[in-house]
Amino acid sequence: MTYSDQLDIRITDSSLRDGSHAQAHQFTEADVRAIVSALDAAGVPVIEVTHGDGLGGSSFNYGFSHTDERLLLKAAVEAAGRARIAALMLPGVGTKDDIRAIADLGVSVVRIATHCTEADISEQHFGLAREIGLETVGFLMMAHSQPPEVIAAQARIMVDAGCQCVYVVDSAGALVLEQTGDRVAAVLAEIGSQAQVGFHGHENLALGVANSIIAIRSGAVQIDACTRRFGAGAGNTPTEALVAVCDRLGIRTGVDTLAMFDVAEDVVLPIMEAEPTLSRLALIMGYAGVYSSFLRHAYRAAERYGVSGADILMECGRRRLVGGQEDQIIDIAASLAAAAPVGG
Amino acid sequence: METVTAAIVGSGNIGTDLMYKLIRSELIDLRWMIGVDPASEGLARAAALGLEASAEGVDWLLRQPDRPDLVFEATSAYVHVRNAPRYEEAGIRAIDLTPAARGPYVIPPVNLHSHLDQPNVNMVTCGGQATIPMVYAVSRVVPVPYAEIVATVASASAGPGTRQNIDEFTRTTARAVEVLGGAERGKAIIVLNPAEPPLIMQDTIFCAVPTDADHDAIEASVEAVVAEVATYVPGYRLRQRPQFDPPAPRGPGYARVAVFIEVEGAGDYLPAYSGNLDIMTAAATKVGEEMARHLLAGRPVGTGPGEAR
Repeated sequence: MTYSDQLDIRITDSSLRDGSHAQAHQFTEADVRAIVSALDAAGVPVIEVTHGDGLGGSSFNYGFSHTDERLLLKAAVEAAGRARIAALMLPGVGTKDDIRAIADLGVSVVRIATHCTEADISEQHFGLAREIGLETVGFLMMAHSQPPEVIAAQARIMVDAGCQCVYVVDSAGALVLEQTGDRVAAVLAEIGSQAQVGFHGHENLALGVANSIIAIRSGAVQIDACTRRFGAGAGNTPTEALVAVCDRLGIRTGVDTLAMFDVAEDVVLPIMEAEPTLSRLALIMGYAGVYSSFLRHAYRAAERYGVSGADILMECGRRRLVGGQEDQIIDIAASLAAAAPVGG
Repeated sequence: METVTAAIVGSGNIGTDLMYKLIRSELIDLRWMIGVDPASEGLARAAALGLEASAEGVDWLLRQPDRPDLVFEATSAYVHVRNAPRYEEAGIRAIDLTPAARGPYVIPPVNLHSHLDQPNVNMVTCGGQATIPMVYAVSRVVPVPYAEIVATVASASAGPGTRQNIDEFTRTTARAVEVLGGAERGKAIIVLNPAEPPLIMQDTIFCAVPTDADHDAIEASVEAVVAEVATYVPGYRLRQRPQFDPPAPRGPGYARVAVFIEVEGAGDYLPAYSGNLDIMTAAATKVGEEMARHLLAGRPVGTGPGEAR
């Protein structure tokens, strides 16, 4: 199975969306223009631009955007030549109004994300997106937390609602090899040719590229990556490494590998405040199954309350928090501080 | 004690939980439970409790020679939009638990007494009932240019109505954060969490406050309103003292207070974790009783229910 006659897989670069977490949502229009132009020139077919937590994510809970995401999307649409511009939205954070607004800005792909057991909250959004002619992608987040058959059943709900490609989303970077392949295969078995399957990986256990290749071999034809791993937690599957590996395996991505190496080093790296690293806290996220975008929040709360960031993240895992519950990190840190022995 | 009569329209989870609260009321005589599905568990339970239970919908209720003073609508926004004018025409006061918002919003600690003469009042959303009292608690002490609420509910307690209309939740709640909470600008976020055993409803309320705000005064106001809500929702409590932070180095420059609430339900019909549903039925009961008191006060002494009209 291939994405199209020309491409075996279609890559979506999410540096300007997942990377928004790593950048504390401080992207400017100039950043967006520079990265979109460079990725577009290198042949990246889809580029996602949004606040890290999707449309409407600018908030106390997730962090305020430096620049209104609609301005960023407008800049992206203007800078793109061949590439399609995508935006993420999470029902419960954004609304159908946001979907209408981005369609007016010239965005072509909307990616609608729910926790991997809650697909039915997205039905109206898929319906609207299709009605107004947007290409649709569905994100089943925290896919490590449920077995393949649950993921497949949830994928069915999204496809019936109008989703054209369901992604298995490893938000915690916790899936290990076959665990990725089994979920992709289960979704494919459920939806057949009615929609495509995609995979979104994180590097918290250093498996972004490997998991992506297993996903492709299991039938995924859309793959997310971020240039220079520019994403939450230890970052995402690095785009430049993914296309290089695909070249060696004879998987056609349409991306110019050597040009991507240059984009990563010359364009994206200078914009990054810091490169995501495989730090202790990032490893804990992958190991304990914690939503990757909690990382920066955990660092801040650990500093503010004088408690251990590792303890905060382990407690996030124990409470089985899902994406969106960043507010609980403050509650956990304040509780840990109150429980700590005085002068200890 | 004199009472007013009432009907519940909608025999699903919310309607059934509400029934157990209303039958304990000394001011409200709950006589009817109306559904559309003869197999509804709520209707069976209502009949067993001695209520008149009908699966023939609002048409049946409005055909009865004796009509209720109050109707509690626990159907859907779509159904309530159709029913609301019929109630009004029949002279029945409606307390609307759907997001239809035909009448003004009511949140008991904020404006319980403001709309007692209205033919129709709206109970906002479960998240609104849980969080807007806290926005109000802050905004009555200091100006709040922006408030944001995050409601996390157990997946098992989010019914098809909430799921199909999640945008209604965020829009209606955000608007009521402004109108009743007193924030200049409001935002609402809802998160569903499928953890087992299900988690108790958790709400976080962020309010932008002036950098020189009196923290003690805000905390005292928050505690006072929490105590007030707890009079009708005993499981409503602070998880944490309010947390104050100076403006973040990068951002719109707001100092902020964060209030952390949890809402444990009374477990009347719905499980205790679904505090989101319990606070809705408890608040509707509170509003119904206040309306009953108001109606009874306006009634000539010695007349029985229904005879004053």
